[in-house]
Amino acid sequence: MKTLEQSFSLHVPSSTQNLVMIREFIGRVGEQAGLADGDRNKLELAVDEACCNVIEHAYGNDARKEVTVRAHFDADLLRISVIDTGVGFEPSAVEQPELGELIRQRRHGGLGMRLIQKLMDEVRYEIEPGKKNELTMVKRVRPSE
Amino acid sequence: MANEFSVTRSTEGEITLLALEGFLDAHTAPDFEAAVQQEIDAGHTHLIVDAQELTYISSAGLGVFMGFIEEVREAGGDLKICGLQPSVREVFDLLGFDALFDIEADRASATARFSETPSGGTS
Repeated sequence: MKTLEQSFSLHVPSSTQNLVMIREFIGRVGEQAGLADGDRNKLELAVDEACCNVIEHAYGNDARKEVTVRAHFDADLLRISVIDTGVGFEPSAVEQPELGELIRQRRHGGLGMRLIQKLMDEVRYEIEPGKKNELTMVKRVRPSE
Repeated sequence: MANEFSVTRSTEGEITLLALEGFLDAHTAPDFEAAVQQEIDAGHTHLIVDAQELTYISSAGLGVFMGFIEEVREAGGDLKICGLQPSVREVFDLLGFDALFDIEADRASATARFSETPSGGTS
Protein backbone atom coordinates (compact mmCIF):
# COMPACT_ATOMS: atom_id res chain seq x y z
CA MET A 1 0.00 0.00 0.00
CA LYS A 2 1.44 3.37 -1.03
CA THR A 3 1.82 6.04 1.65
CA LEU A 4 0.05 9.27 0.76
CA GLU A 5 2.26 12.34 0.50
CA GLN A 6 2.10 14.34 3.71
CA SER A 7 3.67 17.55 4.95
CA PHE A 8 4.13 18.90 8.47
CA SER A 9 5.88 21.90 9.94
CA LEU A 10 6.95 23.10 13.36
CA HIS A 11 8.00 26.62 14.37
CA VAL A 12 9.73 27.02 17.73
CA PRO A 13 11.65 29.76 19.54
CA SER A 14 15.40 29.36 19.03
CA SER A 15 16.32 27.79 22.38
CA THR A 16 17.97 24.48 23.27
CA GLN A 17 15.09 24.02 25.70
CA ASN A 18 12.94 23.20 22.67
CA LEU A 19 15.17 20.44 21.31
CA VAL A 20 13.12 17.83 23.13
CA MET A 21 9.95 19.13 21.43
CA ILE A 22 11.68 19.09 18.02
CA ARG A 23 12.85 15.49 18.55
CA GLU A 24 9.37 14.42 19.58
CA PHE A 25 7.86 16.07 16.49
CA ILE A 26 10.41 14.40 14.22
CA GLY A 27 9.93 11.05 15.95
CA ARG A 28 6.19 11.22 15.28
CA VAL A 29 6.76 12.20 11.65
CA GLY A 30 9.22 9.32 11.22
CA GLU A 31 6.70 6.95 12.74
CA GLN A 32 3.99 8.13 10.38
CA ALA A 33 6.35 7.82 7.41
CA GLY A 34 6.94 4.19 8.39
CA LEU A 35 10.63 4.44 9.33
CA ALA A 36 12.13 1.55 11.27
CA ASP A 37 13.11 2.32 14.90
CA GLY A 38 16.84 2.59 14.17
CA ASP A 39 16.31 5.00 11.28
CA ARG A 40 13.89 7.06 13.39
CA ASN A 41 16.56 7.45 16.08
CA LYS A 42 19.06 8.58 13.45
CA LEU A 43 16.57 11.06 12.02
CA GLU A 44 15.85 12.56 15.46
CA LEU A 45 19.56 12.96 16.15
CA ALA A 46 20.31 14.52 12.75
CA VAL A 47 17.52 17.07 13.14
CA ASP A 48 18.59 17.80 16.74
CA GLU A 49 22.12 18.53 15.45
CA ALA A 50 20.83 20.74 12.62
CA CYS A 51 18.57 22.74 14.93
CA CYS A 52 21.31 23.04 17.51
CA ASN A 53 23.61 24.58 14.89
CA VAL A 54 20.90 27.10 14.03
CA ILE A 55 20.19 27.96 17.68
CA GLU A 56 23.86 28.40 18.62
CA HIS A 57 25.52 29.64 15.44
CA ALA A 58 22.91 31.20 13.13
CA TYR A 59 20.97 32.89 15.94
CA GLY A 60 23.61 33.10 18.70
CA ASN A 61 21.21 31.68 21.33
CA ASP A 62 18.66 34.46 20.78
CA ALA A 63 15.33 32.90 21.83
CA ARG A 64 13.39 35.72 20.15
CA LYS A 65 14.29 34.14 16.81
CA GLU A 66 12.43 31.22 15.30
CA VAL A 67 13.55 27.86 13.93
CA THR A 68 11.37 26.20 11.32
CA VAL A 69 11.37 22.45 10.73
CA ARG A 70 9.47 21.17 7.68
CA ALA A 71 8.85 17.53 6.94
CA HIS A 72 7.52 15.97 3.76
CA PHE A 73 7.27 12.30 2.95
CA ASP A 74 5.83 9.79 0.53
CA ALA A 75 6.22 6.03 0.34
CA ASP A 76 9.90 6.21 -0.59
CA LEU A 77 11.47 9.34 0.88
CA LEU A 78 11.30 11.50 3.98
CA ARG A 79 12.68 14.99 3.50
CA ILE A 80 13.30 17.34 6.43
CA SER A 81 14.26 21.00 6.06
CA VAL A 82 15.59 23.14 8.88
CA ILE A 83 15.19 26.81 8.05
CA ASP A 84 16.50 29.98 9.69
CA THR A 85 17.04 33.60 8.78
CA GLY A 86 20.17 34.08 10.86
CA VAL A 87 23.86 34.31 10.07
CA GLY A 88 24.71 32.09 7.13
CA PHE A 89 27.92 30.22 6.46
CA GLU A 90 29.73 28.51 3.62
CA PRO A 91 29.37 24.79 4.32
CA SER A 92 32.38 23.80 2.20
CA ALA A 93 34.57 26.22 4.16
CA VAL A 94 33.77 24.64 7.52
CA GLU A 95 36.77 22.62 8.68
CA GLN A 96 35.95 19.18 9.99
CA PRO A 97 39.05 17.92 11.81
CA GLU A 98 39.30 14.26 12.75
CA LEU A 99 38.21 13.30 16.28
CA GLY A 100 41.83 12.86 17.40
CA GLU A 101 42.65 16.40 16.33
CA LEU A 102 39.56 17.83 18.10
CA ILE A 103 40.67 16.03 21.25
CA ARG A 104 44.22 17.43 20.97
CA GLN A 105 42.69 20.91 20.59
CA ARG A 106 40.44 20.23 23.63
CA ARG A 107 37.44 21.27 21.60
CA HIS A 108 33.98 20.68 23.02
CA GLY A 109 32.29 20.95 19.63
CA GLY A 110 32.80 20.40 15.94
CA LEU A 111 31.08 17.04 15.42
CA GLY A 112 27.56 18.13 14.44
CA MET A 113 27.89 18.47 10.66
CA ARG A 114 29.83 15.22 10.36
CA LEU A 115 27.22 13.42 12.41
CA ILE A 116 24.39 14.71 10.18
CA GLN A 117 26.24 13.46 7.08
CA LYS A 118 26.73 10.03 8.62
CA LEU A 119 23.12 9.72 9.77
CA MET A 120 21.24 10.84 6.67
CA ASP A 121 21.16 9.56 3.08
CA GLU A 122 21.43 13.04 1.49
CA VAL A 123 22.33 16.45 2.93
CA ARG A 124 22.05 19.75 1.06
CA TYR A 125 22.61 23.34 2.18
CA GLU A 126 21.06 26.40 0.53
CA ILE A 127 22.45 29.60 1.98
CA GLU A 128 21.03 32.97 0.89
CA PRO A 129 22.95 35.50 2.98
CA GLY A 130 20.65 37.79 4.93
CA LYS A 131 17.53 36.05 3.64
CA LYS A 132 17.26 32.37 4.42
CA ASN A 133 19.40 29.37 5.26
CA GLU A 134 17.95 25.96 4.57
CA LEU A 135 19.42 22.57 5.37
CA THR A 136 17.59 19.73 3.65
CA MET A 137 18.14 16.16 4.80
CA VAL A 138 16.74 13.07 3.16
CA LYS A 139 16.15 9.61 4.60
CA ARG A 140 14.96 6.78 2.41
CA VAL A 141 11.99 4.95 3.88
CA ARG A 142 13.03 1.38 4.75
CA PRO A 143 10.26 -0.02 6.89
CA SER A 144 10.90 -2.59 9.62
CA GLU A 145 11.21 -6.14 8.29
CA MET B 1 7.85 18.30 28.56
CA ALA B 2 11.23 18.67 30.21
CA ASN B 3 14.69 17.69 29.06
CA GLU B 4 15.21 15.17 31.81
CA PHE B 5 18.81 14.57 32.72
CA SER B 6 20.74 13.94 35.90
CA VAL B 7 24.27 13.18 37.04
CA THR B 8 24.72 11.17 40.25
CA ARG B 9 28.16 11.13 41.85
CA SER B 10 29.68 8.41 44.00
CA THR B 11 33.18 7.28 44.88
CA GLU B 12 34.94 3.95 45.12
CA GLY B 13 38.44 4.39 46.53
CA GLU B 14 40.21 6.91 44.31
CA ILE B 15 37.70 6.42 41.49
CA THR B 16 34.81 8.82 41.00
CA LEU B 17 31.70 7.43 39.34
CA LEU B 18 29.37 9.75 37.49
CA ALA B 19 26.09 8.00 36.64
CA LEU B 20 24.14 9.67 33.84
CA GLU B 21 20.40 9.35 33.39
CA GLY B 22 18.06 10.63 30.70
CA PHE B 23 18.76 12.82 27.69
CA LEU B 24 22.18 14.38 27.10
CA ASP B 25 21.76 17.09 24.47
CA ALA B 26 22.83 20.71 23.97
CA HIS B 27 20.44 21.82 26.71
CA THR B 28 21.65 19.39 29.36
CA ALA B 29 25.34 19.05 28.37
CA PRO B 30 26.34 22.08 30.52
CA ASP B 31 25.22 20.15 33.64
CA PHE B 32 27.45 17.22 32.71
CA GLU B 33 30.30 19.55 31.81
CA ALA B 34 30.04 21.26 35.19
CA ALA B 35 30.07 17.90 36.98
CA VAL B 36 33.28 16.79 35.21
CA GLN B 37 34.92 20.19 35.70
CA GLN B 38 34.16 20.01 39.41
CA GLU B 39 35.98 16.67 39.68
CA ILE B 40 39.02 17.94 37.78
CA ASP B 41 39.13 21.09 39.93
CA ALA B 42 39.13 18.87 43.01
CA GLY B 43 42.04 16.84 41.59
CA HIS B 44 39.91 13.76 40.89
CA THR B 45 41.08 12.36 37.57
CA HIS B 46 40.16 8.68 37.83
CA LEU B 47 36.69 9.01 36.40
CA ILE B 48 34.13 6.48 35.23
CA VAL B 49 30.99 7.67 33.47
CA ASP B 50 28.27 5.06 33.86
CA ALA B 51 25.76 5.56 31.04
CA GLN B 52 23.49 2.63 31.79
CA GLU B 53 20.48 4.91 32.28
CA LEU B 54 21.40 7.31 29.48
CA THR B 55 18.82 7.02 26.71
CA TYR B 56 19.99 9.71 24.27
CA ILE B 57 23.17 11.57 23.37
CA SER B 58 23.89 14.23 20.77
CA SER B 59 27.22 15.75 19.74
CA ALA B 60 26.95 18.32 22.54
CA GLY B 61 27.16 15.47 25.05
CA LEU B 62 29.99 13.77 23.16
CA GLY B 63 31.80 17.10 23.19
CA VAL B 64 32.09 16.95 26.98
CA PHE B 65 34.05 13.68 26.76
CA MET B 66 36.13 15.11 23.92
CA GLY B 67 36.94 18.37 25.65
CA PHE B 68 38.20 16.90 28.94
CA ILE B 69 39.97 13.67 28.04
CA GLU B 70 43.40 15.21 27.31
CA GLU B 71 43.45 17.16 30.55
CA VAL B 72 42.45 14.13 32.60
CA ARG B 73 45.05 11.87 30.95
CA GLU B 74 47.78 14.47 31.30
CA ALA B 75 47.06 14.53 35.02
CA GLY B 76 47.65 10.76 35.13
CA GLY B 77 44.03 9.70 35.12
CA ASP B 78 41.41 8.69 32.58
CA LEU B 79 37.76 9.16 31.79
CA LYS B 80 36.37 5.70 31.10
CA ILE B 81 32.88 5.06 29.83
CA CYS B 82 30.66 2.08 30.64
CA GLY B 83 27.14 0.72 30.35
CA LEU B 84 26.24 2.29 27.02
CA GLN B 85 22.85 1.24 25.65
CA PRO B 86 23.06 0.01 22.03
CA SER B 87 21.42 3.10 20.48
CA VAL B 88 23.79 5.41 22.41
CA ARG B 89 26.82 3.21 21.71
CA GLU B 90 26.04 3.49 17.99
CA VAL B 91 26.55 7.27 18.13
CA PHE B 92 29.92 6.90 19.91
CA ASP B 93 31.04 4.34 17.31
CA LEU B 94 29.81 6.38 14.32
CA LEU B 95 32.27 9.13 15.23
CA GLY B 96 35.16 6.85 16.17
CA PHE B 97 35.07 7.30 19.96
CA ASP B 98 35.59 3.55 20.37
CA ALA B 99 39.17 3.91 19.07
CA LEU B 100 40.16 6.78 21.35
CA PHE B 101 38.23 6.16 24.57
CA ASP B 102 38.18 3.22 26.93
CA ILE B 103 34.59 2.01 26.63
CA GLU B 104 33.72 -0.91 28.91
CA ALA B 105 30.64 -3.08 29.36
CA ASP B 106 29.99 -2.25 33.00
CA ARG B 107 31.31 -0.57 36.16
CA ALA B 108 33.22 -3.63 37.30
CA SER B 109 35.24 -3.91 34.09
CA ALA B 110 35.82 -0.14 33.93
CA THR B 111 37.06 -0.20 37.53
CA ALA B 112 39.32 -3.17 36.78
CA ARG B 113 40.79 -1.32 33.78
CA PHE B 114 42.08 1.39 36.11
CA SER B 115 44.37 -1.11 37.80
CA GLU B 116 45.54 -2.43 34.39
CA THR B 117 45.97 0.86 32.51
CA PRO B 118 45.42 3.75 34.93
CA SER B 119 45.93 6.44 32.29
CA GLY B 120 44.70 6.58 28.73
CA GLY B 121 45.21 3.19 27.09
CA THR B 122 42.46 1.78 24.99
CA SER B 123 44.39 -1.38 24.15
